[in-house]
Amino acid sequence: MTTLPTPALACPLPIPADQLIVLGHGSGGRLSARLTEDVFLPAFRNAALEQLDDQAIVPVPGGRIALSTDSYVVKPLFFPGGDIGELAVFGTVNDLSVGGAIPKYLTVGFILEEGLSIATLRRIVQSMAQAAQRAGVLIVTGDTKVVEKGCGDQVFINSAGVGFVPDGLTLGARQVRPGDRILLNGSLGEHGITILSQREGLELAGDLRSDAAPLNELCAAIVAAAPGLHAMRDLTRGGLSSALNEIATSAQVGIEIDDRAIPVTDAVRGACEIFGLDPLYVANEGKMIAFVPEEQAAAALAAMRANPLGADARIIGTVTEKHPRMVTLRTRLGTERIVDMLAQDQLPRIC
Amino acid sequence: MKHLDEYRDEALARALVDRLTAIAHHPWVLMEVCGGQTHTLVRYGIDGLLPAGMEMIHGPGCPVCVTPLEVIDKAIVLAKTPGVILASYGDMLRVPGSKSDLLHAKAEGADVRMVYSPLDALKLARENPTREVVFFGIGFETTAPPNAAAVWQAARQGIGNFSLLASHVLVPPALRALLGAPGNRVQGLIAPGHVCAIVGLEEYQAIAREFHIPIVVGGFEPVDLLEAIVMLAEQLEQGRAEVENQYTRSVRVTGNPLAQKMLTDVLEVCDMKWRGLGEIPKSGLKLRADYAAFDAEIKFALAHNPVDEPAECISALILQGHAKPAQCPAFGTRCTPERPLGAPMVSTEGACSAYYQYRRHDIEAAQAELATAGGRA
Repeated sequence: MTTLPTPALACPLPIPADQLIVLGHGSGGRLSARLTEDVFLPAFRNAALEQLDDQAIVPVPGGRIALSTDSYVVKPLFFPGGDIGELAVFGTVNDLSVGGAIPKYLTVGFILEEGLSIATLRRIVQSMAQAAQRAGVLIVTGDTKVVEKGCGDQVFINSAGVGFVPDGLTLGARQVRPGDRILLNGSLGEHGITILSQREGLELAGDLRSDAAPLNELCAAIVAAAPGLHAMRDLTRGGLSSALNEIATSAQVGIEIDDRAIPVTDAVRGACEIFGLDPLYVANEGKMIAFVPEEQAAAALAAMRANPLGADARIIGTVTEKHPRMVTLRTRLGTERIVDMLAQDQLPRIC
Repeated sequence: MKHLDEYRDEALARALVDRLTAIAHHPWVLMEVCGGQTHTLVRYGIDGLLPAGMEMIHGPGCPVCVTPLEVIDKAIVLAKTPGVILASYGDMLRVPGSKSDLLHAKAEGADVRMVYSPLDALKLARENPTREVVFFGIGFETTAPPNAAAVWQAARQGIGNFSLLASHVLVPPALRALLGAPGNRVQGLIAPGHVCAIVGLEEYQAIAREFHIPIVVGGFEPVDLLEAIVMLAEQLEQGRAEVENQYTRSVRVTGNPLAQKMLTDVLEVCDMKWRGLGEIPKSGLKLRADYAAFDAEIKFALAHNPVDEPAECISALILQGHAKPAQCPAFGTRCTPERPLGAPMVSTEGACSAYYQYRRHDIEAAQAELATAGGRA
């Protein structure tokens, strides 16, 4: 019979310091947050940046504007429900919109890899033009750089945007208060699972499409219906769980959500089962959450449902004084568990 | 969703909890063997629904967690070898070896690819004839047959630039080691459903007889686990020690003969070191001599450099059920999923990682309570 070892407690081995950028630094999880805290914030620190919202709101003569920037490196470039160009427009529009701003102008920067077909670029640019029209924004300036073959991956796009912030409106993670209801505009995970299925060549039954969409009208409708609105977030990489964890940390509150209230389509659930992923962590490109005081939650919900992009909106949870900085989920069995922020990328489980 | 919703049904789960409360009159200590089962148990808070006194011990069945450090070191050496593409499952890329992990090796320029199947790695080998493709394959009797099949296919199709770095472990020898260890507390086993779907029930019947312990082959959904727990409690209350099958929708008594044939044709039993448990005789699988050309250890003449576990990790105690993750002083502080000190914090299926992800607030509350109580005394 084998004898099992009985370990003694002693000093731990040192774990190597993180000295290199790994893919997890771009995951939207804890590694990304640490990069911001350790590298960017110390260098750039100022009051607008410190809010760490999806956009910065700054004063200008006569009012305030919102600024946001984002880079797009999606592969494949074209996928069911969208393409990199559409994402580059909607993503920045949405980052401005969830700050309560009315998006107005975008800049776009292209980093193109030598050898890219001009027809592909034309297709992307055409899609951006249509997306800008749909979102009611103008692309007013841009830049193009070409890198040697192998130094990029076809097309990278950066877009930055400016929006006008209505007078008297102050939204942000730090405004969130215990008692707020959390509203979600629809089902989770469609963008992330569509991209993953395309990459892995998984042919899934059902209509699996990215949810890429401009959320400016939906956000404006919520602002109008619920003047006491505290915050909104769009749910991109890192999914619902990262957005909720960021807000719980910023606002020093606890968050409780109900698994049964969170819509996930069968196609996404099925794919998540196959890949071993949790829909709460999967990326979206047309989903958002709003933090609304209880007495205005019904009005906000009705306003969301009146918009096609919020037809399936739900109240999914509540902000609480209990367990500050922590997000918990009531399971379908009535038990409670933590919804943690991802350490880095969500990696598929082995079995 | 069909085949899923019925196994996550709240009413069914409640009925099973009620039944368990009605029949269980003793503080039984049960072990779920498989990491997938641990994950479900903790994710759905099922152990919190058990009658007072009943306890679940989280077994050694997380293949990522029990892979020894030196094997991961070998994978990193291979990944950094010029001309090599190293492919593995996503989970494996983050597992730290003694100094680094495959994700960092990738950041340093190694060609590391995440795949979903060894057959994807075989495809990579076909598509990159000038490169050497190594699949880093680990796991129990569940993942061994597809890895064996990839080698079998490579041999048949003459794909000479494919090889396997294998670290395969077998469940029954580990169970025997655990059940036979001094101070064993486990009184009933939930056997790993997917392993049994491959190998069948015979070996588990032998273990039930040998240790006079009831075994229920269980599935991986909440209702599966609760039903398996009820079945174990029934056996224990009635003094029976039999093998029963809860996971009938996947497991046949004889298992999967095709997969078994692939296992025995390509692989053979060997002694194996388990991370957290140590060396267990005849508890692993390696490629047969006929397939030596596809054995990465031989092909690349990899040096064997044994490494000790970080001494602070109490994974052996956790995997044997002598300690819960929260009882480890390093839990959640010096040992987190970002910087794991040992096996059970490594994969999402590891007991410590599952507690960290889903339970931290209970643990923090308990630790705070302890501290306050200590302060008052």
